[in-house]
Amino acid sequence: MDLLEYQGKQLLERHGVAQLPGRAARDVAAAVAAAEEVGYPCVIKAQVKIGGRGKAGGIKIAQDVGQAREYASGILGMDIRGFTVHEIWIQRATRIQDEYYAGVVFDRSAKKPLVMLSTRGGIDIETVAAEDPGAIASLHVDPLVGFKPFHGRRLAFEAGVAADVVAPVAELLAHMYAAFAGEEAMLVEINPIVVTPEREVVALDAKVTLDDNALFRHPDNAILTDPSDVDEQEQMAAQRGLTYVKLDGDIGVFGNGAGLVMSTLDVVAQAGGSPANFLDAGGGAKADSIVKACEVILSDAKVRAVLFNVFGGITRCDEVARGLIEAVRILEPTVPFVVRLDGTNDVEARELLANADLPGVYPEATMDGAAARVVELARGASA
Amino acid sequence: MSIIVGTDTRLCVSGITGREGSFHTLNNRAYGTHVVSGVTPGKGGRSVEGIPVFHTFREAVAETVANTAMIFVPARFAADSILEAEDAGIATIIAITEGIPAHDELLVYNALHRNPNVRLIGPNCPGVLSPGEANVGIIPAQFFKQGNVGVVSRSGTLTYQIGNELAQRGFGNSTIVGIGGDPVPGSSFVDVIALFEADPQTELIVMSGEIGGSAEEEAAAYIAANVSKPVVGYIAGVSAPPGKTMGHAGAIVSGSSGGALAKIAALEAVGVRVGATPTKVAAIAMEILGG
Repeated sequence: MDLLEYQGKQLLERHGVAQLPGRAARDVAAAVAAAEEVGYPCVIKAQVKIGGRGKAGGIKIAQDVGQAREYASGILGMDIRGFTVHEIWIQRATRIQDEYYAGVVFDRSAKKPLVMLSTRGGIDIETVAAEDPGAIASLHVDPLVGFKPFHGRRLAFEAGVAADVVAPVAELLAHMYAAFAGEEAMLVEINPIVVTPEREVVALDAKVTLDDNALFRHPDNAILTDPSDVDEQEQMAAQRGLTYVKLDGDIGVFGNGAGLVMSTLDVVAQAGGSPANFLDAGGGAKADSIVKACEVILSDAKVRAVLFNVFGGITRCDEVARGLIEAVRILEPTVPFVVRLDGTNDVEARELLANADLPGVYPEATMDGAAARVVELARGASA
Repeated sequence: MSIIVGTDTRLCVSGITGREGSFHTLNNRAYGTHVVSGVTPGKGGRSVEGIPVFHTFREAVAETVANTAMIFVPARFAADSILEAEDAGIATIIAITEGIPAHDELLVYNALHRNPNVRLIGPNCPGVLSPGEANVGIIPAQFFKQGNVGVVSRSGTLTYQIGNELAQRGFGNSTIVGIGGDPVPGSSFVDVIALFEADPQTELIVMSGEIGGSAEEEAAAYIAANVSKPVVGYIAGVSAPPGKTMGHAGAIVSGSSGGALAKIAALEAVGVRVGATPTKVAAIAMEILGG
């Protein structure tokens, strides 16, 4: 789960990363009140989970109450690369002398946390990595040992931060690592960290991604979901306990097992189609969960045909067939279904489907054949 | 011969008294796997259809000489159970549990890494099947027979799909290994491919990867330097959009890393033929081995 910038700041603050005074607001009146409280000049920042906010006009500096009102009303409701701004963050402005970058990343390849520091902050770190990899100091931390003071000193000296701020920067890294480990994050990034003309070290931004699987241990974080960025179908699926990801095509996909479903999306794409979703019914899916899955898939108005691709292991194909027959009777879909069932009890499943003789349900023997058929039917439906 | 599990496997199941745990334990035993014991804290002294249950792994190992553990407990208890199995001296730990927090996996990986005698398969995996010898996990064994193709995969059902396509063409398997779909698997493609390379029964290796991380690229480098047997690859998720987790916690294209096309290119660059669909993987295997 990605956090909004201000949620990330509040999380970091709990682990000792000092923050400038600031407040979140969802409407102009609250924004103006917040600006009056933090004082001028203040920065008004769009809270969306996408980079490039500044370039898009989502970050402004207000010198007085008039500007605060003007910028807040301009930014609220703004669209930034497909993300609507529902919330803004108002923060005391600060003067900038140096800009640094710091990040703690869950390094899957090394199986250790990777801590990075660079004096080239304020720009996209992937650009720095590509142009000037030597400008990023980094090290892996043994998670059984943790981040020690020498790690912070080593990074600060290797990155070449100004001598007078080595100690506060090293301390900031230790706080970031504490947040990463303590909150079970996949990413904690501050870009930029600024050094003011008074030589104060200030965290201006915060980017935090948490591990969804660990949220049960962090009830405070579990409630930080942002209802505005949850898709209607994804919400429906979550309520029904299904793993569903919305995609932008017109072929609904139902399968069991994440790998097989990913493979099904690929085979549909290779056949010239465009999947509308990823839906993994999981192991041992029963008839009622198949009806629920069909409800979610069919609630997407873009869907013109549906592909069922199941390989029965623990999941019994006859159970899937029963669920499908029930779904078609209950939901009376107006789009065709292509069904390919293999594995446990597949013979019984095919018999059930043949006997039910449902209009608009087309059995296919192979995965590739089923993909070709569903693409053809979707085209027919849209013609 | 087979790898990881076989006729010498003596299995102890953590979570044996749970609904799923007992169901699959009994399935594994019915297949012929030597299931010697189970562990459920607080339920020691009972039995599950004749399989003795112990409070701790230490006791189970002392009483039943278990050498392999299967972890079936819920996600929040799984890391603890894996570490307990290792502490009791179990050499092979197969973790089926899905949804273990990533930081728990990191801790377990780094802790187990200090013990050269222990091997963890999974978590979030379907287990390991050596047809005709032993089945530890949830792989539906009825689709597979003994043979010369070793399969290693990040996904369960996709493995069954590929295995079934191979079976329809007359091929059997030495061992089928699910390494799991999580960000920090205990064993990687490289670990399992090294075992297949050394296994005399295995003549062809099929590796089924997916988006996320760089395990497939690391396997490609390893194959180029160390593997003499033919390898056929498959990568799921070519059409997956970046930034979305596709079911498996580990299956996410983030930034410029983890994309399917880069994985396919890395494998092909070292001579691994990659099938565009599971069916094509089986067709390539047939071409190489002669059907």
